[in-house]
Amino acid sequence: MAQATVRPPKTVSLLQFEIREGVLFLLPAVVLIFGITLFPILFTFVLSFTDTPLSNPSPQNFVGVSNYLVFLRSAQFWQAIWRTLYFTVVSVGAELLLGLGIALLIHARPPGWAFLRTSLIIPWAVPTIVNGALWRWIYNADYGALNGLLYSLGLIERYRPWLTEPMRALNLVIVADIWHSVPFIALILQAALATLPLELDEAAAVDGANAWQRFWFIRLPLLRPAILVALVIRTVEAFRVFDIIYVITQGGPAFGTVTISYLTYLESFSYGRLGSGAALSFLITLFTLFMALAYVRLLYRPEVQG
Amino acid sequence: MRSVSRLLVFIVLIAVLLAGCGGQAPAGPKVVKVLAMQQAGPTPEEMNAIVAEFNEKNPNIKVEIEYVSYDALHDKIVTAMATTPPSYDVILVDDIWYAEFAKAGYLWDVTDKIDAQTKEKVFGAAWDITTVNGRIYGMPWLLDAKYFYYNEKILKEAGFDRPPATWEELVEQARVIKEKGLVEYPIAWSWAQAEAAICDFVALLYGNGGRFVDEQGKPAFNDEKGVQVLEWMVKTIDEGISNPASVSYVEEDVRNVFSQGKAAFALNWLYMYDLAALNEQESQVVGQVKMSLVPVFESMAKQGLKSATINGSMGFSVVDKSPNREAAWEYVKYLTSEDVQKRYAAHLLPIWSANYEGEALEALKALNPATPVTVPMFKEQFPYAHVRPKVPYYLEGSKALQLALQEALTKQKTPAQALNDAAAKWIELQSK
Amino acid sequence: MKRWRRHLSTLLMLGLMLPVLLFIYAPIAWLVLSSISTRAELLAVPPHWIPEHPTLKNYRDILIPGTAVSEVARTFSVTLRNSFIVAGSTTLICLVTGSLAGYALARLRLPFRNALFMGILGVRMVPEISLVVPLYIIAARLALLNKPIVLIITYLSFALPFAIWMLSTFFESVPRELEDAALIDGSSRLGTLFRVVLPVAAPGIVSTALFTFLLAWDEFFFALIFTSTIAAKTVPVAIAEFTGRYAVDITAMMTGGVLAALPPVLLALVFQRYIVSGLSAGAIKG
Repeated sequence: MAQATVRPPKTVSLLQFEIREGVLFLLPAVVLIFGITLFPILFTFVLSFTDTPLSNPSPQNFVGVSNYLVFLRSAQFWQAIWRTLYFTVVSVGAELLLGLGIALLIHARPPGWAFLRTSLIIPWAVPTIVNGALWRWIYNADYGALNGLLYSLGLIERYRPWLTEPMRALNLVIVADIWHSVPFIALILQAALATLPLELDEAAAVDGANAWQRFWFIRLPLLRPAILVALVIRTVEAFRVFDIIYVITQGGPAFGTVTISYLTYLESFSYGRLGSGAALSFLITLFTLFMALAYVRLLYRPEVQG
Repeated sequence: MRSVSRLLVFIVLIAVLLAGCGGQAPAGPKVVKVLAMQQAGPTPEEMNAIVAEFNEKNPNIKVEIEYVSYDALHDKIVTAMATTPPSYDVILVDDIWYAEFAKAGYLWDVTDKIDAQTKEKVFGAAWDITTVNGRIYGMPWLLDAKYFYYNEKILKEAGFDRPPATWEELVEQARVIKEKGLVEYPIAWSWAQAEAAICDFVALLYGNGGRFVDEQGKPAFNDEKGVQVLEWMVKTIDEGISNPASVSYVEEDVRNVFSQGKAAFALNWLYMYDLAALNEQESQVVGQVKMSLVPVFESMAKQGLKSATINGSMGFSVVDKSPNREAAWEYVKYLTSEDVQKRYAAHLLPIWSANYEGEALEALKALNPATPVTVPMFKEQFPYAHVRPKVPYYLEGSKALQLALQEALTKQKTPAQALNDAAAKWIELQSK
Repeated sequence: MKRWRRHLSTLLMLGLMLPVLLFIYAPIAWLVLSSISTRAELLAVPPHWIPEHPTLKNYRDILIPGTAVSEVARTFSVTLRNSFIVAGSTTLICLVTGSLAGYALARLRLPFRNALFMGILGVRMVPEISLVVPLYIIAARLALLNKPIVLIITYLSFALPFAIWMLSTFFESVPRELEDAALIDGSSRLGTLFRVVLPVAAPGIVSTALFTFLLAWDEFFFALIFTSTIAAKTVPVAIAEFTGRYAVDITAMMTGGVLAALPPVLLALVFQRYIVSGLSAGAIKG
């Protein structure tokens, strides 16, 4: 490999040379990534076709696709999927709207915009576990800040429990997630706004387009790649939500916050059914990949490609 | 390019080194790894001191102990059992996991290692914890049950000079307390969707002459007795006797409410006594807290039943796959021995009945300001403690019953309907 | 008239900013207030929004050995150190191997480039829960449990794909002419990468380092399962452990929460510029 330091003549072999170089450059990272994950992924994949208990986790009792079929037919699974989709759509949707609003606000440069931008970084950098612990404490039925605030403002007459009703608990977990993630989307979008070419905007203004029209027809299409990135990242994250639920509600009340990841956790760890847990995690992977692809199809139009 | 290849060689070297770290044969004393829990009776200092004593007395064994939180304990054990040899030789097991772990083959059957004398001298209700289908899988260790707490001052102000002996009597007293405006909700429960709710339900269920499962292991919690209990629970919330926030409470919330003087009655584990009755930093009702036997329903009281409560204990067990089972068992025996338990009783009540007699009892009572009350109370209450069913699918079954309780308490289903649905789930789990 | 309108719109925008700032800071304030309150004040109804007897006792309990009652609190500072070691090492390895790989993917004409890129990103889609059991078995065989290295290695499974993706975006924005000049001068690819590309992409490297560090600092589930002694336990696990079997030590949990949040928040604030530039690079490229 000593001759490699000498640049070869520019012939067909240049491509081969680049490939060889590329392989060497990629090797450490590829070895690490796939070395760590390939065996576990294959192992889990094989497990998903078996009835393996956690107590003896070498693949055994081949059952074909029945783990998958059992889930696809079970109400519990579809409820978890529904909840996960609800969580994902509501939290990401709200985050996108709020994030876009905040980004536009910062972009308009009102007094104190820099302070607002700096402030956004704080919730985003707070670790998920701390975020969960904090909101659980805020929602506490007897001493929580939410009760305290509403009570002090005279909006409620007495303290009440917040996490006792399934749908409300799910919505309150969403609020905690929004607090953590809106800043991420707002920061991405405001960064993208800052790089947009101004000429188009100005030209449109000269042509008499109002602010709303300029936003809808000029800025928004130009923001599409940035929105896509934010959406893909957040959707994948939201769809796999686990930590924050583990901390705030542990899946309760009445399974009201059992999302698909939490169901996988229950199957594998609490109920010790490694095989069906593995099947679930592959369903999650498939769903996430499918969603990522769907986004790219929907939003990644060639004319705005960077 | 040369530097790239050097980098690669470096990475390969690291990988080889890392792989080389594993698999050395242990030399010297046999290592026994113990998995215990934070905040379980004894402090980690006390646990570490016992380990140090044991290691000194047994130079050929070296005990290493680790602590995790209760929430992580089950998951930690089941993952650790996936490897050979397992990551731990001795594990702390909660009452409700024994059947699951025994069926999975995690635990060493020690039935034949326990002599008749030990069998006799340890509380009978304690053996229920570690026994599955007649075989013993470990030594009981952390004995606990739910106790009945009341605020004597509130009761006196309401005109009662003794605590209720039956749940019906409790309702009467609670009505007066509520009418007089002494507290808004006289009793607080831990009825959140968690194991805590099952514990309260079981105490009430057995107090009504009901049973969790019948002799064949079929669910019995949905029979007439069980439905009565759940209907009673719903009714007390409707009437404002039970704190409506109970449906989101676990034990610690109950303690907080009770310690603030916002409840006249509470059902909780033994740990609450010290904190609510004696600790000025934690409690605003210091000096007002008393304990008595957990009440039963009147129909059962007439039949002579004095009390019924839930057994919420834990035991130490040896891992079946452990290469050092004998050494591990030595440590478990030492940790639970009469002598060690006597000396380290400050935060943990002994399993040996001899420790509750004569001089030993006086010594136990003199340990700290709480023990003069808690030790006699324990001796009186513990024999009425009922264990939850020892079935391998307990965690999943329990989740179904927790759901049923929640659904009934939040009025999504009638008590009978909710319990029947949970029972159907148990039968389904049983047939798997 | 026009000036009047501008004033009005400024006023309107300030009116919009206020609730946003409140939503951001109210939970933070509650976190910090809870950490400097005594337990008695914390349980007051309605809450003492400003503690009457603010105290640093909770911090002393957690940070100074020997003062705290519980094992978790006493060993909290050790878990902070572990988190630094794990997150720091993960970041370092990600930067070194991720730079090489990111550069190759950004610049070299490789036939399998897209497939590999998808493969690397696809790995990120697999939930942690499905990897944890096989990884545990391997780690136990190699006697790596309860050692920081097991977390560093497993964190690479999600941190490295992320770092490669970010770095390749930055490398693509480096002008090709700079490199070509160096290459023509006879510099090797690696030399060019280190001497020409990396210095130009330095802000991008800093951003990537920050994001990777935060990602590793945040991780919870692997740490929960792979560590149980203070030899490797990280801060998120320690925080979860303030929840006991029946009891939650809420003052300690909030104090621990502040301490666990401080390093990432301070880093992010100090290097704010790079966070924003990192996000914009990702946003433009996609």
